[in-house]
Amino acid sequence: MRIKAQVAMVMHLDKCIGCHTCSVTCKNTWTNRPGTEYMWFNNVETRPGPGYPKRWEDTGHYKGGWVLKNGKLQLKAGGPISKLINIFYNPDMASMDNYYEPWTYDYDNLIHSPKRENLPVGRPQSQITGKYIDKPEWGPNWDDDLAGGSETTSMDPTVEKLQEHISMEYEKTFMMYLPRICEHCLNPSCVASCPSGALYKRDEDGVVLVDQEACRGWRFCMSGCPYHKVYYNWNTHKAEKCNFCYPRTEAGLPTICSETCVGRIRYIGVVLYDADKVKAAASVEDPKDLYESQLSVFLDPFDPEVIKEAKKAGINNEWIEGAQNSPVYKMAMKWKIALPLHAEYRTLPMVWYVPPLSPIMNHITNEEELSTDGYIPAVDQMRIPIQYLASILAADDTEVIRNVLLKLTAMRVHMRGKTVGGIDEFRQSELLKEANTTPEEIEDMARLLGVAKYNERFVIPTGRREMDDDLYAKQGICSLEDLAPPEGIVTNMQRRR
Amino acid sequence: MRSKNKLFEALKHIKPGEKINDNWTEESKRPRDSEDIYRRRWQHDKIVRSTHGVNCTGSCSWKIYVKDGIITSETQQTDYPSTGDDFPEYEPRGCPRGASFSWYSYSPIRVKYPYIRSDLYELWKQERSKASDAVQAWETIVSDPQKREKYVKARGKGGFVRATWEDMCEIIASASIHTIKKYGPDRIAGFSPIPAMSMISYAAGTRFLSLIGGTILSFYDWYADLPPASPQVWGEQTDVPESADWYNSKYFIIWGTNLPQTRTPDAHFMVEARYNGTKVVGVSPDYAEYEKFADIWLPARAGTDAALAMAMTHVILKEFYVEKETHYFTSYAKKFTDLPFLVTIEENEDGKMRSDRFLRSSDIQKDLSLGEWKTLVWNELTNLLETPNGSMGFRWDGSNQWNLELNKEDGSSIDPRLSFIDHSDEIAMVEFPYFAEKSGNTLTRGVPVKNIKDINGKTLKVTTVYDLMMAHTGVDRGLAGDYPKDYNDPKPYTPAWQESITGVSKNHVTQVAREFADNAERTKGKSMIAMGGGTNHWYHSDHIYRAILNLVLLTGSQGVNGGGWAHYVGQEKVRPQEGWQQVAFANDWQKPPRLQNGTSYFYFVTDQFRYETKPDQEVKTDWASKYDQMHPADLNALAVRLGWLPSFPQFSQNSINLVKESRERGAKTEQEIIEDVVKQIKNEHIEWAIENPDDPRNFPRVFFNWRSNLLGDSGKGHEFFVKHLVGGDNQVMAEPENSWKPETVKAEGEGPTGKADLLVSVDFRMTSSGLFSDIVLPAATWYEKYDISSTDMHPFVHPFNAAVSPPWEAKSDWNTFREISRVFSELAEKHLPATEDLVMSPLAHDTEGEIAQSLGKIKDWRKGEVEPIPGKTMPSFKVVPRDYPNVYQKMTTIGDLIKKGYGGKGVTIPGEPVHDELSARLGTSSREGIGKGNPDLYTDKQAINAILLMSGATNGKRAVAGWKSLEAKTGQKLEEIAKAREEDDYTLEDLTIQPRTAISTPVWSGLEKDHRRYSPFTVNTEYNIPWRTLTGRQSFYMDHEMMLDFGEGLPLYLPPLNYDPFLKKEKGVEESGKSLTVRYLTPHQKWGIHTMFTDTTNMSTLFRGWQTIWMNEEDGASIDLKDNDFVEVYNRNGAIAARVVLTYRIPKGMVYMYHAQDRTLGVPATSINKQRGGTHNSVTRITLKPTHMIGGYSQLSYGFNYYGPTGHQRDTVAVIRALKEVDWLEN
Repeated sequence: MRIKAQVAMVMHLDKCIGCHTCSVTCKNTWTNRPGTEYMWFNNVETRPGPGYPKRWEDTGHYKGGWVLKNGKLQLKAGGPISKLINIFYNPDMASMDNYYEPWTYDYDNLIHSPKRENLPVGRPQSQITGKYIDKPEWGPNWDDDLAGGSETTSMDPTVEKLQEHISMEYEKTFMMYLPRICEHCLNPSCVASCPSGALYKRDEDGVVLVDQEACRGWRFCMSGCPYHKVYYNWNTHKAEKCNFCYPRTEAGLPTICSETCVGRIRYIGVVLYDADKVKAAASVEDPKDLYESQLSVFLDPFDPEVIKEAKKAGINNEWIEGAQNSPVYKMAMKWKIALPLHAEYRTLPMVWYVPPLSPIMNHITNEEELSTDGYIPAVDQMRIPIQYLASILAADDTEVIRNVLLKLTAMRVHMRGKTVGGIDEFRQSELLKEANTTPEEIEDMARLLGVAKYNERFVIPTGRREMDDDLYAKQGICSLEDLAPPEGIVTNMQRRR
Repeated sequence: MRSKNKLFEALKHIKPGEKINDNWTEESKRPRDSEDIYRRRWQHDKIVRSTHGVNCTGSCSWKIYVKDGIITSETQQTDYPSTGDDFPEYEPRGCPRGASFSWYSYSPIRVKYPYIRSDLYELWKQERSKASDAVQAWETIVSDPQKREKYVKARGKGGFVRATWEDMCEIIASASIHTIKKYGPDRIAGFSPIPAMSMISYAAGTRFLSLIGGTILSFYDWYADLPPASPQVWGEQTDVPESADWYNSKYFIIWGTNLPQTRTPDAHFMVEARYNGTKVVGVSPDYAEYEKFADIWLPARAGTDAALAMAMTHVILKEFYVEKETHYFTSYAKKFTDLPFLVTIEENEDGKMRSDRFLRSSDIQKDLSLGEWKTLVWNELTNLLETPNGSMGFRWDGSNQWNLELNKEDGSSIDPRLSFIDHSDEIAMVEFPYFAEKSGNTLTRGVPVKNIKDINGKTLKVTTVYDLMMAHTGVDRGLAGDYPKDYNDPKPYTPAWQESITGVSKNHVTQVAREFADNAERTKGKSMIAMGGGTNHWYHSDHIYRAILNLVLLTGSQGVNGGGWAHYVGQEKVRPQEGWQQVAFANDWQKPPRLQNGTSYFYFVTDQFRYETKPDQEVKTDWASKYDQMHPADLNALAVRLGWLPSFPQFSQNSINLVKESRERGAKTEQEIIEDVVKQIKNEHIEWAIENPDDPRNFPRVFFNWRSNLLGDSGKGHEFFVKHLVGGDNQVMAEPENSWKPETVKAEGEGPTGKADLLVSVDFRMTSSGLFSDIVLPAATWYEKYDISSTDMHPFVHPFNAAVSPPWEAKSDWNTFREISRVFSELAEKHLPATEDLVMSPLAHDTEGEIAQSLGKIKDWRKGEVEPIPGKTMPSFKVVPRDYPNVYQKMTTIGDLIKKGYGGKGVTIPGEPVHDELSARLGTSSREGIGKGNPDLYTDKQAINAILLMSGATNGKRAVAGWKSLEAKTGQKLEEIAKAREEDDYTLEDLTIQPRTAISTPVWSGLEKDHRRYSPFTVNTEYNIPWRTLTGRQSFYMDHEMMLDFGEGLPLYLPPLNYDPFLKKEKGVEESGKSLTVRYLTPHQKWGIHTMFTDTTNMSTLFRGWQTIWMNEEDGASIDLKDNDFVEVYNRNGAIAARVVLTYRIPKGMVYMYHAQDRTLGVPATSINKQRGGTHNSVTRITLKPTHMIGGYSQLSYGFNYYGPTGHQRDTVAVIRALKEVDWLEN
């Protein structure tokens, strides 16, 4: 057992209102500068839809993530030899068309237009060439709320796969939102893809980063990441990616995207896992087994044995308590309502998603069919096809999705019974049984999902600075390293060197 | 410092770390110095609390980050006072739009300096050097038609040059002074909306305008965000639950308001309520964002919501009132609604019967004080007529019986009878209006009536509102007449009937209605309906709303936490209202200000009345309305002369000269002046400006636009604005000669163009309004000034603070208008010595004006039906001193009138202690002049603290004083409502530490004690305070003559207007390829708040850039459109160029041009007129709904932003087709 801690996230898709505040606050903080125009460390996708970059889930084309070949785990894009062959031309890389050509407007013309015949206007301009364009042709959220209709929706690889389950017509419309950041995977294929070894996963919290000094701009991480969450800065010629706002999480603050999430869909907490089990977990044969095998990597933070081992591994009390109070542990591991995104990529992603509920289909008019209890609809009549959710969140295992939706529905029915009454007790208890849950568990869930206080959504111990550096000296020196005398009192830190 | 050893550090990692995880993972000891790069980005100088002043209703508190002296970004504050232990909090509040705001600070669209159009600046410099002074220079320019035309014609055509603040203030002041001298002060007008979003910035301009006698335009009604149903039903402008109260609801219908998209920071309460067992139902024509959260989607066709609601009303009445008696509902109905009140049935010459007016005490009893305003019920206990307390007469009769007590002083009590079904003297066959299929139809249904004798011995047939509702909605109780058999009978108003209109399955309607009521019965009223622009922005919005409100009233859900209506359009709630009103309208110095309803103003000023379409009603209908044959402009003129609506300019004559002339004729007192004026009005020596709006004397000469983008956003009938007000190039294709002409309002010829002499915009960014203005002044942004904000979505009051001082030459609005007033006063010394002004006001809501015209019968003094009596049968008049040289002194100090007490909504707060406290808190002015020694109002911070100190919501003493004042009228114990918070006394500094929860005051109707969520009318239901309506109860029935004439006495379904894109004789547009005629809707958008934020890089990138228009993909294919193609949209009102977004999410036959993208970015020419494509309002045109004009009659009395015609725009029909060539008009 080799225990490590990971700071992980749950996104509750049922709560997501698709507002993109996360994308904007993230962008303002991290990627609001030349070279990063198209970088959305956080983006939100309307589903069904092709996503950003376009069709990123088409791993057949982009060859991101891992595959199992003869029982052995390897990069889908091939090993070091094929890297070397293609090092100056990566055939799998997404092009600007798959992202978009960033544009702006000639704003200045509005204020400084000379006298003219017509009302001045700010014409669209490419941010790449600086030239006027007539209109943008694609963007990072071009298909928001099903814009583009069946033409755009059918570009969704999942829609392609599930044609018979998806109808693109007014009466049967469904949609959901999928916010995405870097998955900070336990088995990150971007790290393995980098010829320079510039990507790494931090030991203390699992955040995956690009070393800006080591990056040589080969860009194999871009296609090597099946989620397409590493970007190339054309100005610095280095890769950049979501850093899980480590400057904030180190201070015990949630990521910008989480803190500013106005749907309050995001939860952050610590989970403990056995680093020695990662490879085996990613190597199970049947993709449908990957969800359970990933779960098997995580450790029960209340288990005295785990606590002992964790302390041995240098994980302090606060972090262990953090793991015990972790909303991520509760939702992903304990209640099993949060699922990994595309477990079949075998990267063991660490952003977990609760699948959304949806309205019943309108063609159902028989009242008896409408609901589980006279008020709350039955999961099998919901508008979002279970197959669609399963394709994204359960490697096509519809039972996994159904179980989560049942639990969420049982929660609503139970809470309605508790606050309003008038619910058929027999049907309610049948539902609890089918959903494999208890009133106690359900009420805990309702509290975390519904009341969801700030300190319950975000349980983040501060960074373990006491483990490194000479903090006594650092207290006065920090940020003034350039002014701190190379001679003078020799600190422990320097003495060690 | 580790960089010194870089090579060493780099080499270190060549040494491999430990391999773990089956040799799959390496534990590397590599250096991680580059992590500091991102850490440094996160470090900042400071965080400042501010917000966004943008009429989104959000009123969110934000952290503004300043790094290296630069505003870098913002994230939401998360420190609102708690909602309680087991309740979701108000954190975070804020949306992607607000999060984009920092872009503006340093963006290329920022207005950094004062700008003026070069043609005007050249003229000005030329004339200014020649003339003896500035006012004369202005006069020379505007009196010379050639000079005037030179700069007027240049509007909207670029050519701005940088100017100095000094010159700009001088031009503005000169133009204002010239206008006052030549035409009168009411030809100076200002438009600025939504004070709640930045109260001080609003007050800056309106205080100036109030002091000079200028016209201040309303916005809430003009935006059509005002729900006219609210004053009609409750006598209340708008009062709604805070969003956290959604979490208390157990059955939540979202009906035409896109909560996730437009109430972004609040939506989570609805989402989270679902986990607590709340059922959510969504009603919308498209699969809107909120449908994602619904348990069932009712896809009602656009504009048919009232049909759906009427069918649900039918189900609830039948199942919960007739088939069984639901005790909770009936006891609520008896106490809190007008359902038991008695209404007379009149028989006309043909022997046909219709419901008429409420029975009054004066009908049966002599000498009861204000008996014409006291309504009656039938007491079940005594079997006698009874006059319960609380009707409008009790409000003004000087007694303390304006309350909802059903126990009388003598110890007996009243149990009002709801129905005469078992006690009737006869069944009357009553005609009800039915306009769903064809306007003017009727239905005849039996109604149980009682016969009583009136004071003159005449027999009156009376029934209850309840019995009328039953008959009107077709609930069969075994009575004769045209009742439907069951729900499947397609007669009005059954579930089957609505199915053909709305497209919604009758089973779903029945189920939802039944569940809604069942839930309310179980929870004692926790059934709620959120409503908004989608249901409110229609011509017949009042009936859509009234039909929906049936559901919450019939189920006892209103005035209950977790229940009732939840209308959110517009950030209308200025919580610290009493104090704000004093500062904003300079009531501390003089009153009244000139407050004009925006809709009527713009209808006339932009000549939209010339393009009216006459309803096709050649054939006499059964219902036979009289007033719908009158042109809305004529009705508006009638409304003005009867004192119903305000009208500025008042008269074609200068209102200052009128006083002078009266004095010259010998009038001494105010009374004599008014009598003299009324005489001249009567003999038509004085002309009503509204009857001659296009006389140059009545033009709006100087027009201020601040905190607003009138021309790029809210200006409905945009092209008419550009044509008539601005005088710029426009795309109006409607032809006045082929339109409906008014009779009493003069409208010869084509109508003048370019009416305004001077258009001034104050803004921090360049918008369409700026592009058409003569002067654009640089405003401080919301991160560069001090102000306060409140909303109805949450109960807090919180501030703006300057993160950095205004950069370049930007100024806060407060300082801008203060500077203008200073220069104005200096120039007035010579040109405008102190004088007097005659100000006209309509019969106002919450004053005795609301009991001016009894029994709701229309009597026109012009026709000799009554005498013209100011304040009774016509507007009231007041002589107001105008001390123009002292405007600056008054602008910057608090005046002595405050000592006499002040208030709002009929509540009075004693002023003496307030004056003393103000002196202590604000300090006193040491500037020489009349304001010296008065509380100082020089800075925005002082203005903030003045408002906070004077208002009950932010000062406990004021709140307690307010409740005491209401105790005197109601005889109820009310002080306890605010007593526990009497010591609370908030200042700007307190709000900056943390947003503070408003204190409950009698200007609002919710209770906020004990972590309780604000829910409207809980004061009424729990403290027996009447609603401010005729009966004192929540109203189903409106008995005003004009309401009844239009068939609108009871809620009913009125279909959307269906205008043709062009009138028959009009030229129209040449055909070019395939086109489609569609219903054109403008719902609020996702990527901006009105035009704000849409121009930021983030917002334009996160969708498709601007402008776009959504359309069903099959409709698109039918006219050969592909996604993202350029299109043009047009009708007689104008033309738009945009790109099309195709989707299957919205149904066929309609398009969505999401509201307000402005046409400043990415908009080419239309092929139709070869001009820049217009805004979303280029194909709209307003028309006034006559019933909204009614005044002087209880809850149907005018109030500024309170009641009056709305500027709705949903009933638009337009043509859409491909725009084949893209022309950027680069000449």
